[in-house]
Amino acid sequence: MKLAKVFLDWPVIRQVRQGDLLGRGPAVTSGATRAVRPRIEEADRVVQSVCPYCAVGCGQRVWVKDERVIHIEGDDDSPISRGRLCPKGSASEQLVNNASRVTTVRYRRPYGTDWEHLDLETASDMIADRFVATRRAYWQDHDDKGHTDLRRTMGIAFLGGATLDNEENYLIKKLFTAAGAIQIENQARI
Amino acid sequence: MGASFGRGGATQYLQDLANADCIVIQGSNMAECHPVGFQWVEEAQRRGARVIHVDPRFTRTSAIADRHIPIRVGSDIVLLGALINHVLRNDLWFRDYVVNYTNAATLVSEEYLDTEDLDGLFSGYDDDLHAYDMATWAYLSDDSGGAEAAEGAEGTSSLGGDNDKADEAEEHDASPGGDTPPSTIGAADGVHPHGSTLGEASAGETAGSGGPSLQHARVRRDETLTDPRCVFQLLRRHYERYTPEMVERVCGIGADDFAYLAESLTSNSGRERTSAFCYAVGWTQHTDGAQIIRTAAILQLLLGNMGRPGGGIMALRGHASIQGSTDIPTLYNILPGYLPMPLAGQQDDFDSYIATIGNKRQKGFWANADAYTVSLLKSWWGDAASAQNHWAFDYLPKLTGAHGTYQTVMSMRDGGVGGYFVVGQNPAVGSANGRLQRLAMAQLDWLVVRDFQMIETATFWKDGPEIDSGELVTERIGTEVFFLPAATHTEKAGSFTQTQRLLQWRDKAVDPPGDAQSELQFFWSLGRKIRERLAGSDDPRDRPLLDLTWDYPSDDTGEIVPESVLQEINGRHLAGDKAGKLLGSYTEMAADGSTSGGCWIYTGVYADGSNHAADRVPGREQDEIAAKWGWAWPANRRILYNRASADPAGRPWSERKKLVWWDADQKKWTGRDVPDFVADKAPDYRAPADVGGPDGLDGIDPFVMQADGKGWLFAPKGLVDGPLPTHYEANESPVTNPLYHQQSNPTRVTFARRDNLFAGGGRVRGTEVFPYVFTTYRLTEHHTAGGMSRWLPYLAELQPELFCEVSPELAAEKGLEPYGWATIVSPRSVIEARVMITERITPLEIDGRTVHQIGLPYHWGQGNEAVVTGDAVNDLVGVALDPNVQIQESKVGSCDIRPGRRPTGPARLTLLHEYQRRAGLTPATGNEEPGDGHERTSGDRPPGDEEATT
Repeated sequence: MKLAKVFLDWPVIRQVRQGDLLGRGPAVTSGATRAVRPRIEEADRVVQSVCPYCAVGCGQRVWVKDERVIHIEGDDDSPISRGRLCPKGSASEQLVNNASRVTTVRYRRPYGTDWEHLDLETASDMIADRFVATRRAYWQDHDDKGHTDLRRTMGIAFLGGATLDNEENYLIKKLFTAAGAIQIENQARI
Repeated sequence: MGASFGRGGATQYLQDLANADCIVIQGSNMAECHPVGFQWVEEAQRRGARVIHVDPRFTRTSAIADRHIPIRVGSDIVLLGALINHVLRNDLWFRDYVVNYTNAATLVSEEYLDTEDLDGLFSGYDDDLHAYDMATWAYLSDDSGGAEAAEGAEGTSSLGGDNDKADEAEEHDASPGGDTPPSTIGAADGVHPHGSTLGEASAGETAGSGGPSLQHARVRRDETLTDPRCVFQLLRRHYERYTPEMVERVCGIGADDFAYLAESLTSNSGRERTSAFCYAVGWTQHTDGAQIIRTAAILQLLLGNMGRPGGGIMALRGHASIQGSTDIPTLYNILPGYLPMPLAGQQDDFDSYIATIGNKRQKGFWANADAYTVSLLKSWWGDAASAQNHWAFDYLPKLTGAHGTYQTVMSMRDGGVGGYFVVGQNPAVGSANGRLQRLAMAQLDWLVVRDFQMIETATFWKDGPEIDSGELVTERIGTEVFFLPAATHTEKAGSFTQTQRLLQWRDKAVDPPGDAQSELQFFWSLGRKIRERLAGSDDPRDRPLLDLTWDYPSDDTGEIVPESVLQEINGRHLAGDKAGKLLGSYTEMAADGSTSGGCWIYTGVYADGSNHAADRVPGREQDEIAAKWGWAWPANRRILYNRASADPAGRPWSERKKLVWWDADQKKWTGRDVPDFVADKAPDYRAPADVGGPDGLDGIDPFVMQADGKGWLFAPKGLVDGPLPTHYEANESPVTNPLYHQQSNPTRVTFARRDNLFAGGGRVRGTEVFPYVFTTYRLTEHHTAGGMSRWLPYLAELQPELFCEVSPELAAEKGLEPYGWATIVSPRSVIEARVMITERITPLEIDGRTVHQIGLPYHWGQGNEAVVTGDAVNDLVGVALDPNVQIQESKVGSCDIRPGRRPTGPARLTLLHEYQRRAGLTPATGNEEPGDGHERTSGDRPPGDEEATT
């Protein structure tokens, strides 16, 4: 049996046996190559997503292993993209798993020369305090054109939204409008 | 597009491009900027379609196209206007379509004067306000002797929310008597759409889903199209001088190319064939951007290409949810569903607000704006919004003019803004006049940046260009900066609305790392913290926050459930048998407080309690419309205005182009797409004269969001710079406008400030110092200001460095070496870039002289954090805005180019000041006819002595 295996694995025999007559196909793969498996085989799950770059809205499939994204590729179920992704969409795994991605809060105090660390809760509280104070400080009920009852604050501005979800934009517009902050803008203006 | 068709969204779905017989891509490099969408253009080509690319640069889009036609940036209206002229002059328009489905036959006021009469201005221009009074652009009413002009549209009506008041309003209407002939329908007399009014509040976007309001739809028509006052004849006259010769002179496009383009479009339009247009920000980023798009809209209406398979105008947007972020806006001038933010002085109370947006007696679904508004207010303020307090309308803050991002940044630099949230955006690199952006942020009390990486907006205080030049000193910048890490698209569930109005839900794959949060979680939490701090307040200004509905369900980790927000957006029944049930359609919304709904155009996304944005039937298991993949607003319609895919009798124009038709047996509209029409309204139905709303639509009114049901060739309202698109030169252009003495758009928004200098246009002094035209664009491998691409090693390696594209002729003229360095100077900044000499850029002969154009991709920024950095091209761009939508003109600017690297340190500013002085620039240069209504901080000091802003 062993002899037979040695004989059958002899490259010329393999080429003939596997129909790879020119020896440029499976007959010349190494054991290591044959052992290579797609990483998505070991994934725990795959999730349907949408590419976050331009507005074509290509379908993505996101493979997850051990609660970490391990691979992103085009979703061939999508009638719009039919499985394709451009260089940006193809690179989006690096957007998620990126060595320089910042995952903690950084704080620069007024006139400071470097970043300091803050925990998320403290930073959120500080922002809420400033929001309330600035809202009051720049409150405007009337202007010099004779308008009254404007009910707004001119001290708080917002820019962003074109890469955010609809649900997120909805909460932002709702909260800021209720607070009287009108200077809310996004990329659509730019 | 809102003013032309009634909705601002792309009119078709991307796959439908494959059905086109001819595709004109203009103002877009689709193959490189929307590569995956471009497969449908290639699909069309495989099926025999002709593809033409009109663009200043030869790009990969041009390489695939059947022909590339180079054009001078900013001259698009001349080309498109000449095509309109060609179609009219040679009788190539689609008669049955145009007469029935457009306002071609409608008569316009006797007092209307055209740009042909007034040398580049329309009637109603006010020299002091730099704005138009639109009253003379109005339609003639068919009421004999009635004076309709002053009623309704601009706020003198007391017309309330319910139908019963229609009669009352009628009396009110007639009361002014018959002494103000002729009676017209349009903007109210004497109302300036500028200077603290609707126009300045960016009227262009308020027509995102609902055309401009009219008092009613009883217009006078001449179906023979021969009356000199009819729209058709006005159109003919307006474009008479837009000839192939003019195209050659202004655009640099020869007669052969023009004839090819005209023949391609006209021979591929009609009953059997359709043509489509694709555009992107190459059309929007101009001081007449909205009008460029409208020119294409007029042409597509004349050719009968709207509402039909393979037709339409594809707006290619650049961000995953940029359509969504206007539908549910983070924009100052609108509320969700394109309801306007109320304007002080005109919309101070609920009744006047409703009367100005959707009059009960105009045609179509926008007449029900009261139901959409009340449902929104019920979603936001729940039981605190009642009939007694006019649905808490007073809780809404009021606008007094334009409060766009550029006005805000000017105010910020002048100390008028305390705190600034920048979320998934990088204005230090991505907004026009980057230096102004950074200097403004240095004046803030506090700045919150939420992103994945340390973008330049977060670090301007330590490594921005102004630190290097000495204009800013870190220790003297008082801005407190919070950088908070954000979750990526895989780390949160939610919906994006992509370019074709399609909502697609993403599932969450993993939890965000470390302190990273979704925006949903962060702002929900911020809202709770703010409300805790205000709890117990008896200050009336805090009531809107305290009464806000903010109790969203959370999961076991304390994370807000995103589906609950989408359900609130969809809306619910609040009363009766169905109380608590989700709405199925916006037609179920009521103005009596019995329904809620946070964005009426999205109602139906959660019909039957199911999240249709998450519908995922694979494309291969569906027909090409793929109605079960995601959900498109409105009502899952994929091609808008598709009633127009059938002839006036309701039969498809042709077998080849059938989409939606009238089924006489079942007495309803049917077909492959969801009909964009009243389902059971017969084609031969004619509504009684005084009926408004959807019931007022005739069977031949396909533009169901327009106040008269028709596609607008002529816009009596809705655009502040004219009822018909007209060619003006860019704010900064070395070319003199050959068509009119009026050089630039007279209503454009300018900011005459020393930190926003312009070189002026035409014969103005100083243009010779900045003789070349630059234009900005994107690359496939990067994304806008680079926050999502310059930190990714793959993408950074693919496009590592800023370069400028110049023609061999210009390189020879200026001594530029291939792959060497060039310094580019505009009136605002000095940058350096690697030189790419390429025949992809062609010098154009314009009016007897050579115009050189320089291409600049704008993805890089100066800082120390990204994998690749470089000078920011947007530093070169000045702030001059389209008056309709307040978008800046980044596609055209003037510059000089010279070999070698730019100076560093203070010498960089010295070089800039030297140029400014040589050109004699003052804040007034190029801004002589400003129309902003914004206070100026300029003075006339010569440039070069700017104090450091520290």
